[in-house]
Amino acid sequence: MIKIENIKKSFGDVKVLRGIDFVFEPGKTNLIIGRSGAGKTVLLKILVGLLNPTSGNVYYNNINTSKFSKKEIRKIRMEMGMLFQGNALFDSMSIEENIRFPLDMFTKKTLKEKRISVNKVLERVKLSGINKKFPSEISGGMQKRVGIARSIILEPKYLFCDEPNSGLDPKTAITIDELISDITDENNITTVINTHDMNSVMEIGENICLLHKGKLVWKGNKDEVLDSDNDNLTDFIFASPFLQKLKDRALRAR
Amino acid sequence: MNKNFLYHLGRFVDWHRQIFSRPENLKMYYKEIIRQLYDIGIGSLSIVLIISIFIGAVTAVQFFYQMDGTTIPPYFIGYIVRDMTIIELAPTFTCLVLAGKVGSNMASEIGGMRQKEHIDAMEIMGVNTAAYLVLPKIIASLLIVPILVSVSAIVSNAGGYLASVPSGLFTSGEYIRGLRSFFVPSHVTMMYVKSFVFAYIMTSVSCYQGYHVTGGSIELGKASTQAVVYSSILILIADYIIAVLLTG
Repeated sequence: MIKIENIKKSFGDVKVLRGIDFVFEPGKTNLIIGRSGAGKTVLLKILVGLLNPTSGNVYYNNINTSKFSKKEIRKIRMEMGMLFQGNALFDSMSIEENIRFPLDMFTKKTLKEKRISVNKVLERVKLSGINKKFPSEISGGMQKRVGIARSIILEPKYLFCDEPNSGLDPKTAITIDELISDITDENNITTVINTHDMNSVMEIGENICLLHKGKLVWKGNKDEVLDSDNDNLTDFIFASPFLQKLKDRALRAR
Repeated sequence: MNKNFLYHLGRFVDWHRQIFSRPENLKMYYKEIIRQLYDIGIGSLSIVLIISIFIGAVTAVQFFYQMDGTTIPPYFIGYIVRDMTIIELAPTFTCLVLAGKVGSNMASEIGGMRQKEHIDAMEIMGVNTAAYLVLPKIIASLLIVPILVSVSAIVSNAGGYLASVPSGLFTSGEYIRGLRSFFVPSHVTMMYVKSFVFAYIMTSVSCYQGYHVTGGSIELGKASTQAVVYSSILILIADYIIAVLLTG
């Protein structure tokens, strides 16, 4: 479980986060949603310790990590996996070397044992047999899955995903969402996804917080989205007239 | 301006605490050191050989012209070429050229990793990125740059010979006699002191520029340029300080 308490973040005079309280629950896909500029990425970076909050606290399993030194933060990071918006795969390394990197760095496994682990996670993300390829030789969707494979190779307790669907077609995006959701269920990990993809919200949003101009303006789950009369949520989810019509039709059909 | 300078100086010094912390996995660092030794050493050998030949050649020809018609014996040319290359030209020229070639490459490599979120990805894995990305480069530079400077000094002396003896400026015997005259071993020590200090400046300043780059490709280009400019200026300042300290 990750709990955040009155998180504020400013860059100079610009207040990006204005006091956020939320609990990211274990074994669930927790979504941070909101428009561009709402403060989602900043909040995610604060959660993983890449940015320090101006004020407020972050608790991992009730341990306050806000005042941790870099060394202590690194210890907690051994329990984290992260999928980056741009995948952040190392271009000069093969897919196998990319996924193996955390094992090379932090374990004393033999090469054979590492290869078994790599093949296992590649199989899990349905990409068996691409070990020797390089990131530039595979599609964007495959790169995302390799990113997921690398982030789960050390069996993390926490999985963070920054815009996992950006740049993907809707069908591939759904596949990625399902994969992340399944991995969360299978391993009972705390997954936090930062997204503005409406499909993700409706498919895998088990615990959602909506940010608007740096404030938390709504929280709930995917089943509560349609019934909510929160203006910010309605504006965000049903941004286009087409989606507004779909919502009206769905409500009439009930 | 002063505030900005002090900010960067403070951050640069503080950053060293991260660089020199305990490595997570010595084997990974060793692999990276070997890769850097190859990149810096073999990758720069040809340019070092070329500039060194011309350093020696120009020094010999220029001094022959200056001393022509004087009572100074011709074998002094060999002595001058040897001491100038060992004390000043080999370490300084080589390291200035390396700052341009290797320094800008290091800044671009690390800066590119920062922009593509590779550094963030490693941080999330728990890697001390400052140590993993910078320490092997510093160690490799400290090992290979003095060797390149030694090669440069030897080749410069050969360059002086090639430029002057076959063209008949003076005889082979005179040049070699000059090379063997008035030898002061501490000049070689000075050459190595300069090599180590310049190698450290070049690597740490270039990596600092790349590691802390923010923004897009224009900022990356600026960081790469600043890596070369700041390294070169600091190398020249260090050159003066070492000269004063070791000859005073």
